[in-house]
Amino acid sequence: MIKKWTLLTSMMALVFVLAGCEPLLVLDPKGPQAERQANDIILSIGIMSIIVVVVMAILVFILFKYRASNLPDDYEPPHIHGNKWVEIVCVGVPILIVAYLSFVSVKSNYIVESTPEGYENQEPLVIYASSSDWKWHFSYPEEGIETVNYLYIPTDRPIEFKLYSYGPITSFWIPQLGGQKYAMSDMVTTLHLAADEAGEYMGRNANFSGKGFAENTFNVTAMPQADFNDWIEEVYQTAEPITESQFEELLEPGHLGQMTFTGTHLEFSPAPEHAHNEVSDEDNNESHEHSNHENHTEDETDHSGH
Amino acid sequence: MEFFERFAIPHPSPAIYASMVAIVLVSIGIVAGLTYFKKWGYLWREWLTTVDHKKIGIMYLVSALLMLFRGGADAIMMRAQLSAPDMKLLDAQHYNEIFTTHGVVMIIFMAMPFIFAFMNLIVPLQIGARDVAFPRLNALSFWLFFAGAMLFNISFVIGGSPDAGWTSYFPLAGNDFSESVGTNYYMLAIQISGIGSLMTGINMCTTILKMRAPGMTLMKMPMFTWSAFIANVIIVFAFPVLTVALIMGTTDRLFATNFFTTSNGGMDMLWANFFWIWGHPEVYILILPAFGLYSEIISTFSRRNLYGYSSMVWSMVLISLLSFLVWTHHFFTMGQGALTNSIFSITTMAIAVPTGVKIFNWLFTMWKGKIRFTVPMLYSIGFIPLFTIGGVTGVMLAMSAADYQYHNTMFLVAHFHNTIIPGVVFAMLAGLTFYWPKFFGFMLNEKIGKVTFWLLTVGFVLAFFPMYITGLDGQARRMYTYSEATGFGALNMLSFVGAALMAIGFVTIVYNVYYSFKNSSRDIGSDPWDARSLEWATHTPVPEYNFARTPQISSSETFWDSKKNGHVLFKGEIEEIHMPNNSGVPFVMGIIFFIAGFSFIFALWVPAVIGLIGIFICMAMRSFEKDHGRHISVKEIKETEEKLGGAK
Repeated sequence: MIKKWTLLTSMMALVFVLAGCEPLLVLDPKGPQAERQANDIILSIGIMSIIVVVVMAILVFILFKYRASNLPDDYEPPHIHGNKWVEIVCVGVPILIVAYLSFVSVKSNYIVESTPEGYENQEPLVIYASSSDWKWHFSYPEEGIETVNYLYIPTDRPIEFKLYSYGPITSFWIPQLGGQKYAMSDMVTTLHLAADEAGEYMGRNANFSGKGFAENTFNVTAMPQADFNDWIEEVYQTAEPITESQFEELLEPGHLGQMTFTGTHLEFSPAPEHAHNEVSDEDNNESHEHSNHENHTEDETDHSGH
Repeated sequence: MEFFERFAIPHPSPAIYASMVAIVLVSIGIVAGLTYFKKWGYLWREWLTTVDHKKIGIMYLVSALLMLFRGGADAIMMRAQLSAPDMKLLDAQHYNEIFTTHGVVMIIFMAMPFIFAFMNLIVPLQIGARDVAFPRLNALSFWLFFAGAMLFNISFVIGGSPDAGWTSYFPLAGNDFSESVGTNYYMLAIQISGIGSLMTGINMCTTILKMRAPGMTLMKMPMFTWSAFIANVIIVFAFPVLTVALIMGTTDRLFATNFFTTSNGGMDMLWANFFWIWGHPEVYILILPAFGLYSEIISTFSRRNLYGYSSMVWSMVLISLLSFLVWTHHFFTMGQGALTNSIFSITTMAIAVPTGVKIFNWLFTMWKGKIRFTVPMLYSIGFIPLFTIGGVTGVMLAMSAADYQYHNTMFLVAHFHNTIIPGVVFAMLAGLTFYWPKFFGFMLNEKIGKVTFWLLTVGFVLAFFPMYITGLDGQARRMYTYSEATGFGALNMLSFVGAALMAIGFVTIVYNVYYSFKNSSRDIGSDPWDARSLEWATHTPVPEYNFARTPQISSSETFWDSKKNGHVLFKGEIEEIHMPNNSGVPFVMGIIFFIAGFSFIFALWVPAVIGLIGIFICMAMRSFEKDHGRHISVKEIKETEEKLGGAK
């Protein structure tokens, strides 16, 4: 165990040194989901380095020992077909490693797809994050406000992002809070995140979406719940309500700075939660729940119809 | 006027105008040269109409090398643009076109013809056949590949290149978001060369199953032939998916069918599924023949038989099956939920097991051997640790929860280049150096070859290893620029230096060919490497009919056994040999496909329909043609054999 951790720490140290001593975003998690992913990454880097080192050691040994210049002129290599024990080791050890990593991977899948660990008892804050060429629109249906290209979130509270797109497929990614997920124009995907620490984080679209892709970023500010509530209050006092015609203008391709509105575009331009079949609302909600394998079971029309 | 506007490039730049001038000048130069040296007849008789697998292989080889430089030029422009923050070398549109064409050219028009070159050059010789099963179809395959490649390559000077990424995800690749004809080029050019690949797949499977020399059971086939066989089986199953997906994409763009649009019932992720059901097996189509080449080279230069022959075969069979069960790992982040991701996470990681078996088998082939550090062997030795790193990062990516952090980042870019460059490109260069004397009659210079190897290896490590780090630091792939504040600058500069070293490395290959052509000895015999398999048992240069007498096979290393253990390869008298006739039809069909494809791209319906009719006329003509080939007389064979150094 001690050996393993020494190796992992030295691996991390190496990575940091190479990166100029600043911790890499993905390996500097500020939330439980990103932490789980960072742990998986470090664990796999550790195991994988052992494999690489073993292969290299065997290779160097063989090259050194059996190089032609090191052997007598009359040496004729033997004819060897195979060896049962060698093959058992060469198949068995990889199977064990892959089985162990599969076990870790499957467990992590269920963890990152559900409410973050330690936050199960709290009501999640639902935020609709939609992309258009080349902007991000964030709707807070419960609070009744909307922002463009920046995101304020409370710390120590689970956040449930509902992702979709008004154009090409994009991918919503805040590396320090958790991994990315696609936003598509014909369905809504759900991403569960939470922030343990207050701070400023980088967020971006990670999936290529055309000309303005490189600048398709947004700022994330995590703050205590009280500050978050103050911010909501402030928005109500200072921001204008969003109108349908104004929103249509925002959807035009191009870059915008940060903007704030009261009300959300979900009222006149709802998320494509019911796009694929035109049956009754209840049926749709059910099929949507199943297709996303979500763990929570609240009624989504509550938010979108707010 | 509108008619001509369609052909104009939407985003011209001085570099593109310069390329236009260069293309025109080179074309004029080629035509003038051919006329001046009176080589038109020679070109037509010996190359354009040939059905000889060796000549077709050489044409594939030359095309692949040319495309390597085209794709490499794209690569160096990309790395230059990213070498420093806020670089202004290329604009977003130009950069998007360049990484799209880099991907397509390298996979479809460089790696594919490269492996087809080796399949054509070596497989018939390794199994003791006179040609492939359908020689004329083989020529057609080549000309379709060539037509597709040329069509794709004119895109940047006529109408604009595709700019939606080599994966061309819809709806970005649809008419709403990609307005220029670029994506039409993508759809039609890949379609035409893809049909050629599918036909090669059928042709090679038939050849390997039906035309092996007497005594060569399946488990006595040389390893390269095995790898070619399995790759071609994958081609036969995977390419039809691509064909259908491209047809659907084409009709979406040309006839507004809405398969992949997001309105009127289209599903954007359907394209992604189709693309990767072809695309993931495709990477094994490329890597398995490379594994085959490494097996031949490592056992030759270790002077030992291949360790674990049957486990090598079974691991390839297993890889081919698993390759069809992993496509969803390309979009773990699509939101299909934990269960689906878990299944595909496990199937993906499972591929590591048979691949690991192969790595260990190569190591144990060198064990107790007598290792010579020739250029092909250096590539094979460099491949083992580099590919292992690429492989284990693949396992890391296969952990789907962690993949949420790697997806679409430079980490992924580093991973797949880490498998494809030491895996495929190194193998092709190793094979090129290894088989060069067999097909051109002289050796490539070893010293220059070693310089090339080191430039490429050091360049590769510098170019791609920093990407693992920038990926984990949040650099997404396909970003044409980044700000100073991100801190990606230094590592990207390192990548650029590496890419520049690789570029120099590739130029030394050209110099090596030129230098060796002038200086190398032509007196090298037919077996300069002291090799082990059947392709080295015939003369150099290889006569048209490959073997004067059909070889008798006793083991997977039958030529080695004939040299060391007294096995008699060639028995009996020389008999008349039946060979196919040359034909100009495949070449003509290539031209017609090119014209029809171009017309479809620009929605010029009259020439498009005429072209389609022309294709059917060529096919109909073939079905009514009575061509039974010709016979080479015993006298003629004996004369050739004597000229090449005595009958064997």
